[in-house]
Amino acid sequence: MRGSGRRGAAKWLSVYAVTYMVFLYAPVILLPLFAFNDATVVAFPLSHFTTKWFVVLWQTEALHGAVRNSLMVALSTAVFSTVLGASAARAAARYRFPGKAPVMGFIMLPLVLPEIIVAVALLVPIMQMGLSLSLWTVIAGHVLICTPFSIAILSSAFQGFDTSLEEASLDLGETRLGTFRRVILPLVMPGIVSSLLICFTISLDEFIIAFFLTGTDVTLPVYIWSQLRFPTKLPSIMALGTILLALSVVLLVLAEWFRRRAARRQGIEASVTGGLV
Amino acid sequence: MAPGTNKGIIQLSDVTRTFGAFYALRKINAEIREGEFFSLLGPSGCGKTTLLRLIAGFDEPTSGAISIGGRPMAGIAANKRPTNMVFQSYAIFPHLNVAENVGYGLTTRKLSKAEIAAEVEKALAMVDLQGFGGRAAHELSGGQRQRVALARALVMRPKVVLLDEPLSALDKKLRDQMQVELRALQQSIGITFILVTHDQEEALIMSDRIAVMFEGEIAQMASPEQLYRRPRTKRVASFIGVMNFLPATFVAQGDDGVTVDITALGRVTIRPGMVPEVLNPATIDTIGIRPEMLTILSNDAEPAERSARGSVTGTSYYGDMTYYTVQLAGGGDPVTISMRNTAGRSVLPSGSPVTVGWGAESVVLFE
Ligand SMILES: Nc1ncnc2c1ncn2[C@@H]1O[C@H](COP(=O)(O)OP(=O)(O)O)[C@@H](O)[C@H]1O
Ligand SMILES: [Mg+2]
Repeated sequence: MRGSGRRGAAKWLSVYAVTYMVFLYAPVILLPLFAFNDATVVAFPLSHFTTKWFVVLWQTEALHGAVRNSLMVALSTAVFSTVLGASAARAAARYRFPGKAPVMGFIMLPLVLPEIIVAVALLVPIMQMGLSLSLWTVIAGHVLICTPFSIAILSSAFQGFDTSLEEASLDLGETRLGTFRRVILPLVMPGIVSSLLICFTISLDEFIIAFFLTGTDVTLPVYIWSQLRFPTKLPSIMALGTILLALSVVLLVLAEWFRRRAARRQGIEASVTGGLV
Repeated sequence: MAPGTNKGIIQLSDVTRTFGAFYALRKINAEIREGEFFSLLGPSGCGKTTLLRLIAGFDEPTSGAISIGGRPMAGIAANKRPTNMVFQSYAIFPHLNVAENVGYGLTTRKLSKAEIAAEVEKALAMVDLQGFGGRAAHELSGGQRQRVALARALVMRPKVVLLDEPLSALDKKLRDQMQVELRALQQSIGITFILVTHDQEEALIMSDRIAVMFEGEIAQMASPEQLYRRPRTKRVASFIGVMNFLPATFVAQGDDGVTVDITALGRVTIRPGMVPEVLNPATIDTIGIRPEMLTILSNDAEPAERSARGSVTGTSYYGDMTYYTVQLAGGGDPVTISMRNTAGRSVLPSGSPVTVGWGAESVVLFE
C-alpha cells in the first residue's frame, strides 16, 4: 500500500543517511583519537592517553612561523573578501544594470571551479608578469575563492534590506554616511561577522592554492603536508589537526549564529537551507 | 481654521517625470496651501507615489519645478527639505526601540539628550503612545507602527507631512478610526498634510482638498463636496461614489442657463452657475445624477420638482439604506436610487411600478 511503501522508503533513507555520516565523519574521529595516543605509529590498538604530542607542537619553531603566516593570510583574506563581497552583494540587491546576471555568475564561478584549476590559472599569469610568489599571491588566490562565499552570505542580508529604511533615515535629516553608520551597518553587521568568520576558516584550511602560489613562507596546511613525509611526526600532526578541527567547528558555528541573528533582526525567517553550513 | 484662505506652501509647476518613454507624471500644476489636508487620489499606478517622492526629494522631476515655502527645491536632497514622510511600509528601524525611532531625526540637530527625550515623549503623547518608548520595534501592532511612523515625522516639526497610503495596511475598523483621528490631529497641530490614497471614501472624509489623478495627470482638484457634487468628467464622477449616467442632447444656451433634453427624464434647464466654465455646451451628450438625488415617491401626491415613471428591477438592502435599481419608462440604462429606510417606508419588491422624483439642481453635465 501507499503508506507502507512510504514508510519503507523512509527507513532506507535513514539507513543511507547514517551510512553517509559514518563514512564522512569516521576519519575525522580518528584525528583526536590518535592525537591523544601514546605511540609513534598511528595504528590500532590504542595504547595510553597522552598530551605529549601537543607539547611537541608547542616546541616546534617552524610550526609557529607557519601559524603566523596562516593567520596573516586568513585575516587579510577575510577582510578583503568581505569588503568585496559586501560591495557586490549590495550592488546586486540594489541596482539593475546591463549584464548583471552574467557578471554575478562570473564572480560566483570560483565556487564551483576545482581549486587546482584556480591555482594553476593564477600561477601562469603571475609568472608571466614576473611577480615573485609570496604570501600576498596566496592572499590574492584566497580572496578569489572566498569572495563568492561572502556574497552568498551577505546577499541574504542585503536582499532583505528594506530600502525605505534608508530613505526614512535620509528623510529624517541624516546624511548618507550617517545612514550607513546608523542604519545599514547595524542591520548587516551580523552578516559581515559571519562572512569574516567563514572566509577566515576557508583560507586557514586551504592547501592547493597556498601550495602553488607561495614562495618561501609556508602556510599551516602546506607545513603539515611537508611534515607528513616523516612518520615520526605523524602523531603531532594529528594533534595539530585536532586543534584545527576544533577551531574550524567553533568558527563555523559562530558564523552561522551571526548569520541567523542578521536575518532575525530584519524579521526574515532564518532557514537552515538559507545558510551555507 | 479655514485652510482655503491660507497662502501657498508647495508650488508644483509643470512637474513631469518620465521613466524611459513612459510618462509617470505629465505637467502637474498645483498649489498646496499652508495648513491644509491635501489628498492625491487615484487608482493604483496613476503616479501618486511618484509625485510624493518628488516632493520628499527621493527623486527629481524630469522637467518642471517644485518649490516649498517659496524655496525652489531643485538639487536639494531629501535630508535638507522641510518635509517628513510616513512610508507605506512605515519603515520603522527594526534595531531601534520606539523612543530611538521617534528621536532618530532629532539627534541630527543640536539638542541635548534630555531635550530629545522630552520631545519624543510629547510626540508619543500626540499619537496616544505614552509610555511606549521602551518597546522594541517588533513588539508593535500594525496600528502602533503607523503611529510611531507618524510621531517620528511630527517630532521634526516639518512644514509638510507626506503620507503614502498610511492606512492601507490596517483592517477596516482600525482604518475608519484612524481616518478620524488623523484628521483631528492634523487640524489641532495645523501642519500641512499631503495624503496619497486610492480610497475615495478616505479622501472625502479626511481632506480639505483633493486632486484626482489618472495616468499621471490631475483630472480635477477641488474640495470633497465640490468633487462629489460637480465632478468635471465622467471618469471622475464614477471614481468618486456612484453616479447614474443618462444620455442627453443639447438644446439651447441662454441667459437662464443651458437647456438639455434628457432622453429618460425630459427637458431641463441648468442654471449658469451649475455649468462648468470649461464645458462647451454644444458637446454635452450625457448627464449624471447621484443615487441619493433621486427619490422613489411613496404616492403621486408627494411633492417633487419633477418626476418620471419607472419600475423596480432589483433591490439591495443595507439596513439603514436600500439601493434600488429602477428602469425608467423613458429608456436608458437602469438607474440606482438610494433611499433612507425611515419609519413607515417598507422595501419595495422587484417589479413594483414607481414614480421617481428628481430636481434640476442635482443634474451634472458631461461631454
Ligand atoms: N523607478 C521606476 N521605474 C520605472 N517605472 C516606475 C518607477 N517608479 C514608478 N514607475 C511607474 O510609474 C507609474 C506610477 O507609479 P506610482 O507613482 O508608484 O503609482 P501609484 O499611484 O500607485 O502610487 C507606474 O506605472 C509605475 O510602474
Ligand atoms: Mg503608491
